[in-house]
Amino acid sequence: MLEVQHIHKSFEPGAEVLHDISLQVNRGDVVAILGPSGSGKTTLLRCINFLERADSGTMIFEGEAHDLHRITRREIARIRQKTAFVFQNYNLFLNKTVLQNVTLGLISGRHMNRTDAEAAAKEALERVGMAARSDAYPRQLSGGQQQRVAIARGLAAHPDIIYFDEPTSALDPELIGEVLSVMRRLADEGMTMLVVTHEMEFARNVSSRVVFMDGGRVIEEAPSAAFFAAPKEERSRSFIRSILRRGEED
Amino acid sequence: MNERIIKILTDAFPQLIEKFFTMTIPLTALSFALALVIAVLTAMIQYAKVRGLQTLCRLYIWIVRCTPLLVQLYLVFYGLPSLGIVLDAFPTAVLVFGINEGAYMAETMRGALEAVPTGQLEAGYCVSMSYLSIMRHVILPQAFRTAFPGLSNSLISMVKGTSLASVITVTEMFRQAIVINGRVYESLALYTEVALIYLAFCSALTLLQRWGEKKLNAYGGTR
Repeated sequence: MLEVQHIHKSFEPGAEVLHDISLQVNRGDVVAILGPSGSGKTTLLRCINFLERADSGTMIFEGEAHDLHRITRREIARIRQKTAFVFQNYNLFLNKTVLQNVTLGLISGRHMNRTDAEAAAKEALERVGMAARSDAYPRQLSGGQQQRVAIARGLAAHPDIIYFDEPTSALDPELIGEVLSVMRRLADEGMTMLVVTHEMEFARNVSSRVVFMDGGRVIEEAPSAAFFAAPKEERSRSFIRSILRRGEED
Repeated sequence: MNERIIKILTDAFPQLIEKFFTMTIPLTALSFALALVIAVLTAMIQYAKVRGLQTLCRLYIWIVRCTPLLVQLYLVFYGLPSLGIVLDAFPTAVLVFGINEGAYMAETMRGALEAVPTGQLEAGYCVSMSYLSIMRHVILPQAFRTAFPGLSNSLISMVKGTSLASVITVTEMFRQAIVINGRVYESLALYTEVALIYLAFCSALTLLQRWGEKKLNAYGGTR
């Protein structure tokens, strides 16, 4: 359902952040993008949702091919109607209540009427366990709660795929669980997800495939079980080792 | 204080108050409204980095902020007629005060817009909102909260600034005081009275500002 080919991106000439990245996500897949900081994971995800413009590359979204560098605003808008994006720092609209955060995009982005939008929003908030806080403002919620609202904001529009950009990295350790369990439930329900993450547990147990990046390149791409049991590349092995060691120290 | 001065002051008071409500306040309100429109547009153009227009906005702010308000008033009221542009005193005052304060308020608004985290804009794009509707529903409301103290400043300074309109024949409260003083020669008493009226009104605005800030931050405050 989503395929990107040969993405290149640099912010300054001569320093490529993404070097010839290709990957594929099938319907119902949960793909985890792993890699050390600075490996280009987040930039890749932002290019895929057009928050950054790639220097070159192709995207095939639901059978339609688009040039990632030349793509028009109209095409971007059309693709975004079918996607959702969850940010590391939630980015809830700070001047809107929880309910309004979910309905705003539906009403002003998708031209849904208020009654339908509120019904869809309530249902989405139910799914992340935040319906009881509908009237709260973002600043009155914990990070984990804000992130669950952000997920509901994405869910409410019934996207074909949800992109997650390190959804738990800004959270206190005790709040990570509530967000991961929401994501796990979505995965179980068959939601297609592309997840940049540092959560090895999630990558191992929830995601179906892993893309391992380092230095702006895809080093290894494999089914999760295979990747964690027997990584093929030396760099993947040393990355997994370092993560596991850090886990033991905690 | 002798009885004569008290009589002068009590006779002058209704006349001053009348001019205050019929001239000073409308002049302030219209000028401030104009300034606000100019400021929001100018700030938005710069925030959105609209090429060409952006340069024009910088030019406007540069020229207006770097020339005296009094000179601008004279230029428009006494200068432009020689180019065939003749405006009445009151519209001239509204125009000049609006354009003048607009430049300062534009900078207040620009700073406030830039203080809204870029993630707010990105989140709007990701839920399929257009740039303009993100501005309207998300960015501008947050920017207004940030800009509120600065804009209140401008409003208060404008109330007092309208007294300058007296030099281009607008009979607002201060000019009324000058007129009365021409008859009675009690400068100290009369101008003190005028100052106290400005002081009272601007104090009320200051309290209103404090109340407004509390209201804005009570819920959904951005900090």
